[in-house]
Parts: sequence; structure tokens; C-alpha cells
Amino acid sequence: MWASPMAIRVEWALRLKGVEYEYVDEDLGNKSEALLRYNPVTKKIPVLVDDGKPIAESTIIVEYIDETWKDGYPLMPADPYERAQARFWARFAEDKCNAALYPIFVTTGEAQRKVVHEAQQCLKTLETALKGKKFFGGDNVGYLDIIVGWFAHWLPLIEEVSGASVVTDEELPLMKAWFDRFLAVDVIKAALPDRDRLLALNKARREQLVSSA
Amino acid sequence: MGDHELKLLGMWASPFVLRARLALSFKGLSYEYIEEEIFGNKSALLDKSNPVHKKVPVLIHKDKSICESQIIVEYIDEVFSGTGPSLLPVDPYDRAVARFWAAYIDDKLFSLFMMMIKGKTTEDKAKGRRHSFAVAETLEGALKGCSKGKSFFGGDNVGFLDIVLGGFVAWVHTRDILSRSKQFDAGKTPLLAAWLERFCALDATKAVMPDVEKLVELSKMRQARDDAAAAAVSQSN
Repeated sequence: MWASPMAIRVEWALRLKGVEYEYVDEDLGNKSEALLRYNPVTKKIPVLVDDGKPIAESTIIVEYIDETWKDGYPLMPADPYERAQARFWARFAEDKCNAALYPIFVTTGEAQRKVVHEAQQCLKTLETALKGKKFFGGDNVGYLDIIVGWFAHWLPLIEEVSGASVVTDEELPLMKAWFDRFLAVDVIKAALPDRDRLLALNKARREQLVSSA
Repeated sequence: MGDHELKLLGMWASPFVLRARLALSFKGLSYEYIEEEIFGNKSALLDKSNPVHKKVPVLIHKDKSICESQIIVEYIDEVFSGTGPSLLPVDPYDRAVARFWAAYIDDKLFSLFMMMIKGKTTEDKAKGRRHSFAVAETLEGALKGCSKGKSFFGGDNVGFLDIVLGGFVAWVHTRDILSRSKQFDAGKTPLLAAWLERFCALDATKAVMPDVEKLVELSKMRQARDDAAAAAVSQSN
């Protein structure tokens, strides 16, 4: 689905590996027969179908891509401990940071200020994994950059739509610098959804959510 | 056996710790086990080695800490690939399928157990039980697909997914006793029921399985404590 950060991860992984793929957009309000057949358990996108075999869950798909096209660009770190660290932070970002960011989108005023602060604490913890490095993956973009990378494109947008300030030079300097570096990578830039279209979609969503809150 | 320089911080009743212990057991790896108190203060070692979550299990390998039970299992499998059986499948697609079901188990099964244990009303608990049968049926399908007619999710031998689900086995037995029903009913989920028996009969499993009677006692004690807390709250309202 064009606006899904989870689907973008898969595209980034495939593009870094130089693997050709056919992109099929799903209307999540009217899921296709193919999606329901390929992922009957959770019925979610993204689903990668490789030679008729479906793989679901974006973090799992990215590892699959790395293992299947193992001679291409390396996504996972080579060292098992570094791999464990990358998986740990990916899980932290998915479980904690995502949950901390969503409330910003649906709140205003004092309530929002409170959740912004909480989200910043969460992101500060994640930021420790960036210390002394250009990317989470080291000198080059890797698995963790791919998993967390959607923040770089989506967060500034969410900030604009919600009137909040989350990732700033004062609060999260390493993360802010990483946002710029990450979005400057050609392969990453090439797969981003159109900003204006995304902005319009999220503006409408926020209005709906805030008014019904 | 050799010194692998492994320490495991754990808690005897935790299904996530049990996963890590099962992995170490099936791989035949020796380690120092350090018990964290359930209701006590967290130890300095735990604070230091898992500063983000302060939870067990934590595997400490030569002074490096690895957290999160599934991540620990994968780490053990990768680092000690020459020792004992391989836990993750070799084929990337089979690995992706195993990881998918492992994520499903953590997402659905754990929250269901919580609903059944901590459910405020009998209705909550009943809802938990209904959903758990639905999840069990889905896992039955997963077992059928992954095992391809063999004994375990991993095929002929115990693998990653057996260990991931295996961590919950003590709680399954505990719930069976407390609810006087079967979580993995042989009538509804025959493969899963057979798997449970087979898995629990293995020496490597028995070596680390916690005492189910103690778990039943712990459950009752927790329930009594929760009930007392709830009663105190309603009295003060």
C-alpha cells in the first residue's frame, strides 16, 4: 500500500540488493483475493511473494531478502552479537517507539506536549544505537536503518500535521542528522511515497481522529 | 562440556526464560544460571545488562548481553552452530515461516494467557478461553505445515519454533490444571496435543521444565493478591 511504512522497508531492501520486483498496490478497505490467499493469518501487507511462496511481516521479509540474495549488498551485520543488537533495536522501535509516536498524532495541547515528551525519551534510547556511527548499520545503511528509516520521511510530516516538534537538534541531534543522511541515499530516496500526497492523507486522518477523540 | 562463558539471568516461572533454557538444553551448552527474584528488587547485574527493559531472560556471553528470548535463541544457534543440533531451519523460506509463527505466538498466545489469568470478569476470562481455542486451531495448521508429517515444527528434531512455543508449555499445563480443561485439546487440535506430549517427554525438555505444582501455587497466590487489590479498590470507591 503506497502509504505504508512497512511496505517501504521491503522495497528498500530489494532495491539495495538490486533485485527486480513487481509492486502491487492493495486497497486495504477492499483487500484482494490474492492478499487473503497469500496471508490468511493476519491479512496484512506487506507480503513478498517469491516464486509463488509468500512471506509476511516486514522485519521477517527483510531478513529473508538478505539470506536469499546473500551475495548482494549486506543488510544484516556479519557478527552474531551485532545481529542480536540490530534485532533488539528493531523490536524496541516497533514495540515502544511506534506506540509512543501514535498518541502525538491524535492529541492536542497539553495532552500532546506530554506524549511528545514520552516519545522523545523513547527515541533518545533508540538514538544510543547511533552513537559514533553514520548509520545504524555503521558506515552504510543496514537492516536497522531500513526498519527505522520510515521515521525520517514520516516524522517531519507528522510533526507538521500535528503541530508538534519531536525530533529537534536540541533533543535528538544524532537522530536528526541521521534523518538527513538516510534520506540523501539514492536508493532510499527513489522509493519514498510522494510527500504531498502523504501529507494530504495524514491531514485528513488527523482531523478525523482528533474530532472523534 | 567446556566453558562457553555463558550466564543466564532468569526467573523460574517465566516462559521467556524457559525458552532460553530450552535452547541451551537442546544445544547441550553449559551455563551459569542466576535467579532473579519475582517480587524482589531487580539485581544490579540485571539493571546493568538490560538497562532498556530490565527484564529477564538476559544471556551474558563473555560480558556481552543479549536480551529478548527469541533473539537469544537465534544468537545461541548462530554462535554455537557447531555444537548440538541446528535450531533454525537452513532454507531461508523455512526460516521466514518459522519466524512468522514465532512472532504470531508472541503476539497472540502471550496476550491470551494474560487475558485468562488477569481477566477482570468471568466474561473476560471466557473471552480469553474462546480466543485461545481459535489461536490453538491456527497453530494446529502451522504445525501441520511446518512439520510436514513429522514429529516437531522443526521436522524430525526440535527446532526454533518448537522452542518458542515450548517456553509456554509449563503455563499450558498450569492453565490445564486450574481451568480443568485442555488448552491443546486432543479432540480439536490433535497434532498440537500430540506435540505437547512428545515435547515434554524429551530429556532436554525435562531437564529445564519448572515444577508445574509450584506454578499452580504461584498462580493461585497471584490471583489472590489481585483479587485482594481489586476488593480494596472497590471498597475505597
